[in-house]
Amino acid sequence: MVRHDPAARQVSATVPVRSAAEPLVEARALRRSFAGRRAVNDVSLMLHGGECLALFGPNGAGKTTLLRLLAGLLKPSAGSARVAGVSLPGGAAARAVVGLISHQTMLYGALTAAENVELAAQLHGMANARDAAVAALERMRIAHRAQSPVRFLSRGMQQRVSIARAMVHAPRVVLLDEPYTGLDAGGAAALTELLQQLRSSGAALVLVTHALAEGLALATHAGIMHGGRLVRTEPREAIDASAYPDLYRELTAGEQ
Amino acid sequence: MRPRIPISTGSSRPVSSSAPVDGTRGARAHGGAEADATRPAAAPRVPGLLATALIIARKDLAIEFRTRTAFFSALVFALLGIVVFYFAWDPTSVAAFELAPGVLWVIFTFSGLLALQRSFSLELMDRAIDGVLSSPAPREAVYLGKVIANLVFVGAVQVVAIPAVGLFYNVPLAPVAGGLALVAALAAVGLVAVGTLFSAITVNTRLSELLLPVLSLPFFVPIVVPAAQSTARMLAGRPVAESLPWLKLLIAFDIVFLISCALAFPYTLEE
Repeated sequence: MVRHDPAARQVSATVPVRSAAEPLVEARALRRSFAGRRAVNDVSLMLHGGECLALFGPNGAGKTTLLRLLAGLLKPSAGSARVAGVSLPGGAAARAVVGLISHQTMLYGALTAAENVELAAQLHGMANARDAAVAALERMRIAHRAQSPVRFLSRGMQQRVSIARAMVHAPRVVLLDEPYTGLDAGGAAALTELLQQLRSSGAALVLVTHALAEGLALATHAGIMHGGRLVRTEPREAIDASAYPDLYRELTAGEQ
Repeated sequence: MRPRIPISTGSSRPVSSSAPVDGTRGARAHGGAEADATRPAAAPRVPGLLATALIIARKDLAIEFRTRTAFFSALVFALLGIVVFYFAWDPTSVAAFELAPGVLWVIFTFSGLLALQRSFSLELMDRAIDGVLSSPAPREAVYLGKVIANLVFVGAVQVVAIPAVGLFYNVPLAPVAGGLALVAALAAVGLVAVGTLFSAITVNTRLSELLLPVLSLPFFVPIVVPAAQSTARMLAGRPVAESLPWLKLLIAFDIVFLISCALAFPYTLEE
């Protein structure tokens, strides 16, 4: 269940109840300001295993900031966030289950594709880091360039390696910021297949994208952010995909 | 007329029919073709502080081994500095063994800064640091890993620069090689401990090349002074006991800087 719940701020923090209905991602009145400007403003949401929330919004809507908050890379100015029952930021246990794909590739150009993914596997404590890295690169159909330094790869290939890096530890929570950037048709198909597999196996996904059709195709729920606020969330089956672009324009005051 | 879709209220419809109830645990417990395709067989064990630090250090050393940027820029700077000091030196007014310790530590301090400058700048390209920070790696381990890698860079520069000083200033190093190596190692720990922290602090600023030396140098003083004093005594052939108080001071500052910088480091990463 994805819940955009303004009333959530009234709910006091409690010890996570380890029930079947425990959300994998939970944000309550999450707020983050930069130099007085609220990039994320009172966002509350809840995401369970097997759900995918597609987040749409114009540039500067706060989507990336929200993902960085959920990844534990940013400290909230107010409110709280929990991943797998662990409060953020901090908590290796929470970071261990998160896979983050960002605008930037988060790769070391001097290292090979295999070394970059292996590094991520090692940092996640995987026993056979090298094998896991090769398997992750194979899933993204880039294993043939495993020994190439990343700086010699095209942007699309780097994006495939970046996705392999984020997925190598089979995260239960996957945060994706424009993951289709630079990918060709083959890469996009491999990513979609991988995300569907992750969803089926119980992972929770937050997908930030500008491409409405792409996002809706994968989502179980969709949300629109504007001015740091999550102005609308609803389940996918309640959405008329043909009318959604109009609704998006209406809610974001025509911003693209 | 545009079709209207109901604006969700605070209690948007709780629909999750497509989602398996507690699917994660189900997938892990029972496996299944799809789960096997994306999930490891066993839950990974997050590596400890030292293990993570070594992973980070190995990564930094591998990058440096391929690019050789930090090492060669620091080495060239050190050798050029030694040459410049040599030609500026009047051998009739200052004895070599009096000048050499000063030259040695001025060169080390500034060449070390060059190596340290790169320590975090390589992390900012494509925001590679975010990949490390979003992993379960402890922040302190990232710092220790950087310290280990930087120690190797600075140590490698010292291995070349110390004999170069001995050669240019005609100072016999062989009799004091052991003591000198000890002082160099202890001083390197202190310089790197402080420099790595300030490299992390300044890397996001526009004037990082200027700010790193400006912030670091005052903190280098408690390291450089005992190092230079003990080096001078060793080169002058004084008994080891005379250098001992300076060495103790050096060790004390090493411990203080290492611990305080490791504890402060996680706060430098917070945005």
